[in-house]
Amino acid sequence: MSATEILNAFLTIIRKEVIRFTRIWLQTLVSPAIMIALYFVTIGVIIGSRIGEMGGFSFLEWMVPGMVMMSVINNAYSNVLSSFFSVKFQKSIEELLVTPVPNYIILGGWIFGGMARGIMVSVLVIIVSLPFVNLSVQNWPLAILVIFLTSMLFSIGGFINALFAESFDDVSIVPTFILTPLSYLGGIFYSIDLLPEFWRTVSLGNPILYMVNALRQAVLGSSDLASMGMTIHFALFMIVLFIVILFFLALWLLNRGKGIRA
Amino acid sequence: MEALTIKNLKKTYEGNHEALKGIDLNVEEGDFFALLGPNGAGKTTTIGIISSLVNKTSGQVKILGIDIDEGHSLAKKQLGVVGQEINFHQFEKVGQIIRNQAGYHGLSYIQAKQNAEFFMKRLDIWDRRNDQARTLSGGMKRRVMVAKALVNRPKLLILDEPTAGVDIELRRSLWDFLQEINNELGTTIILTTHYLEEAERLCRNIAIIDRGEIVENTSMKDLLARLEKETFSMDLDKPINTIPSNGDFDFKLKDSRTLSVTVKKGQQLNEVFKTLSNEGIEVLSMRNETGRLEELFLSLVESDPDKSSLLDVKIGEME
Repeated sequence: MSATEILNAFLTIIRKEVIRFTRIWLQTLVSPAIMIALYFVTIGVIIGSRIGEMGGFSFLEWMVPGMVMMSVINNAYSNVLSSFFSVKFQKSIEELLVTPVPNYIILGGWIFGGMARGIMVSVLVIIVSLPFVNLSVQNWPLAILVIFLTSMLFSIGGFINALFAESFDDVSIVPTFILTPLSYLGGIFYSIDLLPEFWRTVSLGNPILYMVNALRQAVLGSSDLASMGMTIHFALFMIVLFIVILFFLALWLLNRGKGIRA
Repeated sequence: MEALTIKNLKKTYEGNHEALKGIDLNVEEGDFFALLGPNGAGKTTTIGIISSLVNKTSGQVKILGIDIDEGHSLAKKQLGVVGQEINFHQFEKVGQIIRNQAGYHGLSYIQAKQNAEFFMKRLDIWDRRNDQARTLSGGMKRRVMVAKALVNRPKLLILDEPTAGVDIELRRSLWDFLQEINNELGTTIILTTHYLEEAERLCRNIAIIDRGEIVENTSMKDLLARLEKETFSMDLDKPINTIPSNGDFDFKLKDSRTLSVTVKKGQQLNEVFKTLSNEGIEVLSMRNETGRLEELFLSLVESDPDKSSLLDVKIGEME
């Protein structure tokens, strides 16, 4: 295939994916925004007013970057997972396998589809947060970069999960038992400084902690990164490293036909 | 030039099940070729390997002279496949499904739209282009499958039981359409089917596969010439009570107005009519009672002593 043909195929996959999730916008875009609004009302406003400050900011201000990141992670991951599992289940993946489109384009198309949803939901969450908190983003380029990279990383994660999934039960195992606990324990609602020494050390093994704090650093200009002995550059490096490793793992699995070829 | 060349193709599935035992097959460019075999014989596995849906164990496959391993992308550009099962997203619109398929082949959005429109109109699904695929009838879904396979204008089109479960009207319109694209566009067509009359009517050459091996590969004409006997049914002008007396032919009275006769290879139908005429029996119409290809097919695959075991194997496991 020529470069133009490859680009056409890539854009077709992305277009198809965006049409898919926007066709069911109530479920894919509005639903996560409503859930986050409820978090702001119940935890942010009602409970947060009794908590007081966190890391030198109001609890709501502290919470917003965490909620944005949680939405990006969940939506990017679940978009690719459900979409790719569905094309496997319905056998419509055959539509792609019989064409000359290279595997890295198939992978890239689904990743960008997942990123599109993750980024759209993050924008909605930021809009939903505006009535609750006067948000003043300190470093917009950094905030956009962190959201972009995180949505990419978890889109790849969703793709790998979909390749291995053989039943609807398999689709829910990782999000329920791994992703959700790591998100809630990733410093969305609290500063890592509040944890006892042991749990603080354990938390350092949670990759989501770095992503949440990278975005918090971009939005508030302050985060737990310094107290963790890390810089923003190190956090970004770790995210990029995970992206590279998982991308090549997903491509290797796809080339071998894992879960899609007999 | 050969549209498809298969050399010593083998496939062994998990559990050591040997689906293909080293088959060789050549299909000439422009041919209309039938690949027949009982369930689990290896037809779908063969098609799956050609179209990259199944990983081969060993062997070589070339599409229009291009090795599918070495020139994967180039070989696939020449290929269109209509799978056995409906495999598009049921919630997408018909037009989108076909345009997307063109896009996967690298066509620009405008070119994809033009090609999709052309084939949707040819297959009479243009009026349903904005409907969700799930709202279509089974026959309409089959047409979408065919339009999808043709939208990149492939030189080699493979159809895996395209008329399974569709009504006779659609089956015949699909036959006409496939013959048109074979004649007008010169598209090479490989067809697998369980309707042997379909293969007999459409295809010029034929291969029969059984238990992972090609047991016959010849022209349809040569194969049919091997037919040892044919049975004809005749509708009579007046009722009769006694069977015509001619020891050379096997006459049977099905009812008082319907007579059947079995004619062996080398015997002439003129002799049959002469016998009937001598006995004052007039024939109004005559038809071949059984599919000619069906008899040959059964004689080829039933010679297998383990044939009964094939019937016990689930299609999914074998293919």
